[in-house]
Amino acid sequence: MRAFAPIAVAVGLLAAVPLITASNVVLNFLVVALLTALVGQGWNLLGGYGGQYSFGHAAFFGTGAYVTAILQVRYGVNAWLGFVIGIAAGAAVGTFIGALSFRSGLKGSYFALVTLAFAEVLRIIASVAPITGAGVGTLIKLDLRPEALQFQSRVPFYWIILGLVAVSLLIIRIIQDSRFGAYLVALRENEDAAKALGVNTTLVKLGAMTVSAAIAAAGGCFYAQYFLFLDAGIAYGPWISIEALLAPIVGGIGTVFGPLIGSLVIKTLGELTKLVAGDAPGLDLVIYGCVLILIVAFAPNGVAGLLLKARRCFAVLKSLRSEQPHG
Amino acid sequence: MVEALIRVDGVSKRFGGLLAVDNVSLSIQSGRITALIGPNGAGKTTLFAMISGFLTPSAGRIYHRGEEITGVPPYRLARRGIARTFQIVRPFAGLTVRENIAIGAHLSRRARADALDAATEIAHLVGLVEFLDKPAASLTVAARKRLELARALATGPTLLLLDEVLAGLNPTELAAMVPTIRAIADRGITILMIEHVMQAVMSLAQHVYVLAEGRILTEGSPQIVVGDARVIEAYLGQGAAARLAAAGAVNV
Repeated sequence: MRAFAPIAVAVGLLAAVPLITASNVVLNFLVVALLTALVGQGWNLLGGYGGQYSFGHAAFFGTGAYVTAILQVRYGVNAWLGFVIGIAAGAAVGTFIGALSFRSGLKGSYFALVTLAFAEVLRIIASVAPITGAGVGTLIKLDLRPEALQFQSRVPFYWIILGLVAVSLLIIRIIQDSRFGAYLVALRENEDAAKALGVNTTLVKLGAMTVSAAIAAAGGCFYAQYFLFLDAGIAYGPWISIEALLAPIVGGIGTVFGPLIGSLVIKTLGELTKLVAGDAPGLDLVIYGCVLILIVAFAPNGVAGLLLKARRCFAVLKSLRSEQPHG
Repeated sequence: MVEALIRVDGVSKRFGGLLAVDNVSLSIQSGRITALIGPNGAGKTTLFAMISGFLTPSAGRIYHRGEEITGVPPYRLARRGIARTFQIVRPFAGLTVRENIAIGAHLSRRARADALDAATEIAHLVGLVEFLDKPAASLTVAARKRLELARALATGPTLLLLDEVLAGLNPTELAAMVPTIRAIADRGITILMIEHVMQAVMSLAQHVYVLAEGRILTEGSPQIVVGDARVIEAYLGQGAAARLAAAGAVNV
């Protein structure tokens, strides 16, 4: 149980926020940050632990979002059920893309390009297909009832996204301590060596991709319910693929808390730069970009890596101090 | 005759215009240490890669306990009890030694704790105990070779394919490694080793195959093989055996 204590503490702290403030600005900020953390956690399993860098997590996010929305709008399916089916559909897309790429042995940048291509193809299809509303987009009817997974206040949404993030943290933590997780890290470090030790690397990668896609799709489903509007650029656009990989990279790739820390840092940074830049158009993005470059250049292991380093320095300092002769 | 543990039957491997392995047949008997020697570029590692499933032969068949395993992927062979090491060591650099060995141990142990415990046990056997919590990236060459051995052993193999585990070791490290390999064989694990260090081959192997230019040149006990004029010539060039004999250097 000790392994789960940090997760309990982090989720507990975040859960206390609505008790302290009712500010919609704060809650909205946190909802968006947690959404990024969730999608980033999906990417982190495949990219951080498995070393398979996807550039197209939008494919799963968008599928989750569209399936949730279209089932409600066109087929009258209950939103909660739509949410679950959306996650399953995203996972299925992950399995499909994974089966195609891993069976043909795609690695590194080739894998990244293929995932990007799939996301782009889906985006283009969604922008012309009648079922997605093509250029007009899909609007979910306002129906502020819990049964329809819509709420008057932002607080319930906050609980839901926090719950999803908590589940994703638990999933990653459990995987980290399992044989599946050990195999995933092994194939990241050296695929041939893993094969020689009896690891069916294709199957392990496929499993990671499926779970990864399911987590990203959950983010998409939530997005649809929270904003009630989708178009091809939102659902399948490159923005979400980039956010998905940025959060874990900034926070600490291949760590349980990396995506959460990373998304909080990125989103805070985004808001701060907006304050600093004031009205100058685009200046906030310039500052934002520069800070990101600095993080990647000087903290390649992300914020989690920096914290670890700081803790080691602190321990060294402490031991030096205690060794000093007295008097 | 007893069925060989591994039987290689007329296997060839072609890379474009290069015939790396040419119609090779050999058999590995259970409970023995068999060595595969030969000059550089003879095709030893290619043959190894085919037996361990990393390469598919262009022609010929390979049998394990009488069942054909030609083209069976490495992870399946590992589950059948065939484990290999790599000549160019491939540690999981970001993991500790314990975690590295545990990956092998996971083959027969699902629980993380069991695998980590088994890793500690294996580390005792190959002399890596002091490094258990060190990152694999920090190990010396000799320790990395031992790690290769440890990981392969952790899968619980009946056949261990060792690709030059002694190469690059200094005389002290060499002297320490030979008993380790013998201890593994004493546990009943059959070993096929590619090796250049003849001194070790002479003291460890019961049977030697000599590969040169992709073909089996000769086979037999180590003492007979090293006295073979063709073997000397394969290593030192044509006429070398005669010159050596004339110079009185060959005094078997």
